[in-house]
Amino acid sequence: MTPWPVSIAAAIASFLLLVVVFELIRSRRLRERYALLWLLTGVVLLGLSLWRDGLNTIASWFGVETYPPAILGAIGALFILVMLLHYSTVISRLSDQNTILAQRLALLEQQLRER
Amino acid sequence: MAELAAVAPLPRDDVLAQLADLKRIAVVPALNEEATVGRVIDEIRAFDPDFDIVVVDDGSVDRTAGMAADRGAHVLRLPFNLGIGGAVQTGYRFAFERGYDVAVQIDGDGQHDPSQLPAILGPVLAGTADLCVGSRFTGTGEYRSSFVRRLGIRLFARVVSAVVRQKVTDTTSGFRAVNRKGIALFAADYPHDYPEVEATVMCVKHKLRLQEVPVEMRERGGGSSSITAVRSIYYMTKVLLAIFVGLFRRYAVPLEEEHR
Repeated sequence: MTPWPVSIAAAIASFLLLVVVFELIRSRRLRERYALLWLLTGVVLLGLSLWRDGLNTIASWFGVETYPPAILGAIGALFILVMLLHYSTVISRLSDQNTILAQRLALLEQQLRER
Repeated sequence: MAELAAVAPLPRDDVLAQLADLKRIAVVPALNEEATVGRVIDEIRAFDPDFDIVVVDDGSVDRTAGMAADRGAHVLRLPFNLGIGGAVQTGYRFAFERGYDVAVQIDGDGQHDPSQLPAILGPVLAGTADLCVGSRFTGTGEYRSSFVRRLGIRLFARVVSAVVRQKVTDTTSGFRAVNRKGIALFAADYPHDYPEVEATVMCVKHKLRLQEVPVEMRERGGGSSSITAVRSIYYMTKVLLAIFVGLFRRYAVPLEEEHR
């Protein structure tokens, strides 16, 4: 069975994550498009912290009998992996676009100089 | 065009007379619309030959930009695809910097009928609205689209109506007219991805007056809709989140020459 202090600490941490993400969107420092995955992470972790029976059930599916909160860590790590992969694709796109912008700028400057 | 008289609050000649002294522009976002963009330009000119037209080519890989340039429209070619929100905002920035008084937004895919421009221009010219949106659902005309889209459109109509405390029937329509205030706001700030819903809310939050008028829309003339069923669900979540968070933002009323 999950110890109570772990459940409480995990619930507070995931709630804080949700609040911070919300505030970042509100103050326009985080776009909704990139916030959805963070919100999903926060909601899932908060849900599993509060729903202690659910966490135990999921742990038993994976044969984790001794310490169910390990599943919280595993799910958190999984989300971090997905997030990193997502950012890699975003960075790739940005660097492609950056190349195009730099090339366009160079062509425009050359045109201006020759006028 | 017998039905049009019933749809339009003002006859075409009255609208044209009121437009005569105004700098006016049509913003036409287009992504791979070489088959239709030329016809859209011709139809806008058929309504009013003095309407300036800016086609925003959102990274097309076909002859969209060439077709528009051949007809003498201003063409803004984006270096890569920004999505409809970024493309449309580019058009409003152009309109703002060139000092236009009135702008209409018409899709390059031919689904909006420029002969219905009097309907959406009427309230803006009469000074009763800062933003006037052509709605497919308030009156005449049928509109066919996928089940998920229809569901989303209806859901957004409910949510947006509640948020802006005004009945809104078509939050996803990109057929609209704005005055200088609306041009300034959209030039300064415009939502991304699936922008019409958020733009509607944003306008009302900035104390711009919104009005809907019934219009008929046509089947898309060519190309394909950029929104598929799976993406619709993603966009729905994203837009609902944006509207929700927007409730907790403070909005300033933009000054006309504030942003450049």
